[in-house]
Amino acid sequence: MTIALGGSISLRNCANLWVELHRTPMKPGEIVKIDLTRVDTVDGTVGALLVSFRNELENSGVHCEFVGAHDSPAELIKLYERGAVVTKRQKRRAQGLLDQLGAATIRFIVEMQLVLAFFGQMVMGVFLAIRAPGTVNWRDVTPTMERAGADAVPIVGLINLLVGLVMGLQSATQLHRFGADIFLADLIGISITREIAPLMTAIIMCGRTGSAFAAELGTMKTNEEIDALRTMGFGTMRWLVMPRALALMVVAPLLTVIADLCGVTGGLLVGMYRLDLTFQAFMQESQRAIKMSDLTQGLAKSIAFALAIAMISCQQGLATTGGAEGVGRRTTAAVVTTLFTLILIDVVFTILFEAARVR
Amino acid sequence: MSDRDAPPRDPLAPRDPLAPRDSLAPRDSLTEGDPGQGRMSIESEPGMSRSSFPPRLGEPIIEVKNLTMGWGDVVLQKDCNFVVNRGDIFVILGGSGCGKSTMMRHMIGLETPMKGEVVVAGMEQAMQGLGPPPYGVMFQSGALLGSMTVGENVELALQEWTDLPRDAVHAVAVAKLRLVGLNNVDSKMPSELSGGMKKRAAIARAMVLEPQLLFLDEPSAGLDPVSAAELDELVIALNKELGITMVVVTHDLDSIFRIGQRCIMLDRQSQTIIARGDPRVLRDESKDDRVHRFFNRLPMQGAA
Repeated sequence: MTIALGGSISLRNCANLWVELHRTPMKPGEIVKIDLTRVDTVDGTVGALLVSFRNELENSGVHCEFVGAHDSPAELIKLYERGAVVTKRQKRRAQGLLDQLGAATIRFIVEMQLVLAFFGQMVMGVFLAIRAPGTVNWRDVTPTMERAGADAVPIVGLINLLVGLVMGLQSATQLHRFGADIFLADLIGISITREIAPLMTAIIMCGRTGSAFAAELGTMKTNEEIDALRTMGFGTMRWLVMPRALALMVVAPLLTVIADLCGVTGGLLVGMYRLDLTFQAFMQESQRAIKMSDLTQGLAKSIAFALAIAMISCQQGLATTGGAEGVGRRTTAAVVTTLFTLILIDVVFTILFEAARVR
Repeated sequence: MSDRDAPPRDPLAPRDPLAPRDSLAPRDSLTEGDPGQGRMSIESEPGMSRSSFPPRLGEPIIEVKNLTMGWGDVVLQKDCNFVVNRGDIFVILGGSGCGKSTMMRHMIGLETPMKGEVVVAGMEQAMQGLGPPPYGVMFQSGALLGSMTVGENVELALQEWTDLPRDAVHAVAVAKLRLVGLNNVDSKMPSELSGGMKKRAAIARAMVLEPQLLFLDEPSAGLDPVSAAELDELVIALNKELGITMVVVTHDLDSIFRIGQRCIMLDRQSQTIIARGDPRVLRDESKDDRVHRFFNRLPMQGAA
């Protein structure tokens, strides 16, 4: 069989040619000649398609050759024939359930190895830092405190004020039905100091600072900056992770105190303007209700939260591979893992404090 | 190995009160994932310790023994054995993807070998996490810290590992930058520099602690011919004047013939070292087709 082509064929008008070639019925064992005598010009795309079509035919047992091509088309086809290997394209099979399960398990194990290695290095780093405190990057602590602490005061204050307001409004109606208006101070005071303020602060810190840590370290990793630091003798833990962890552990309780104040203020506003409590009454009741242990529990939690935020974000950042997309993936992972861990830590602390109180 | 028959001391190097450290410490991956600290020991000795042992030319400074590298199921190179001697400009050659840069990363301890080991002289302090490693590294992209100025990048190691006062640190940094041909860039951010300037700044940073060994990853890649040639001359000058041993990863032929004294050529297909020796001699005399094609810039069979 001979297929004769003619005229000028280019990227613009070759779609039909491709479809028509494939519609032409051919049997295995047949000899197909593609006659290019009347073809004036072809471009690279057509050359590539013709060569690819011939390879397809050869694969299915049809012998195919180009005939009559003059200079320019012949050269182009020769160019695309170079290094063309006739292989059957293998269809990608969708992974089965078992394959996916296996792959996920391996990924999980590898991830756990990374986390364990990180904590091992952290322990080593702490030992070395105690042995040679000068090798810790203390200089980074205060700028990080400013960025993670001072700069976060407005948002932490505002959010906790609003949460205090919402909690107050939600409970005011219920309390009023029982004539227990004054207990708004107890409700707000205890829940804010023990639970809400540290948790909200940690969540804001995770979103603001944790993600920034992960993205920063991730970018440094992909730019070989971490490698460069290592070859200059700077320990990753002592130079990058410790100052960040330390800074967060200092500012988290301070932010939590501000959050406590703002949250209680939110409750106070509801008490004064919705339940007609006086400022003095609310304050006296708060003073009676909020115990020192409530405050310290909240602050202790906030320090643990800060440590978790710093560790997880830094670990994720340092585990980054594969460019911009990797940085994005690790930053997301850092935030999600941290949020989950915060809740987990909260549960553990609550159980421990409860156990301690029962005794 | 006495100091008496040593060549003249590096004029920039301070006298070292410590005994010469000859032993080659074996090294796997470094603890805490990094070549660590030196502040404690450095406080007990004035000046910097790294350059202090004089270069004894011809002695091995790096030994690579049976090194197999790769990751997962992928093996890049198998059973590599070679020695880099003091005073060499040692070039690691090979086509793209054969593992040149990975070989360098193994030599500087950033990767753990699958098998075998890399031994670098003078690694004792760094091994314990108690000192900077005895070498400087210029990464392919320069890898300057983006959050600091160029000057601060160069000053960083000096501030950490020496007790020089601040103004002296600054003076040294400016001088090092001038040495690599960069004037008035110390207050610029790395993002304001061109690719070639970044590489130069990275060399200045790598040699700020007067190391006896410098690793350069593709110094001329992406540079215009003039800058590349200037960088070659810089490498030769540093090697000649300061006696710094150079390990250069490159596939730039002009650069190889200009600077290379000894080389190894890695090959991706056979996963081994396919040639070693003086690159000029290899170019003229090698019978291996792959080596011949590499040095004479010829395409593989089937082409042209």
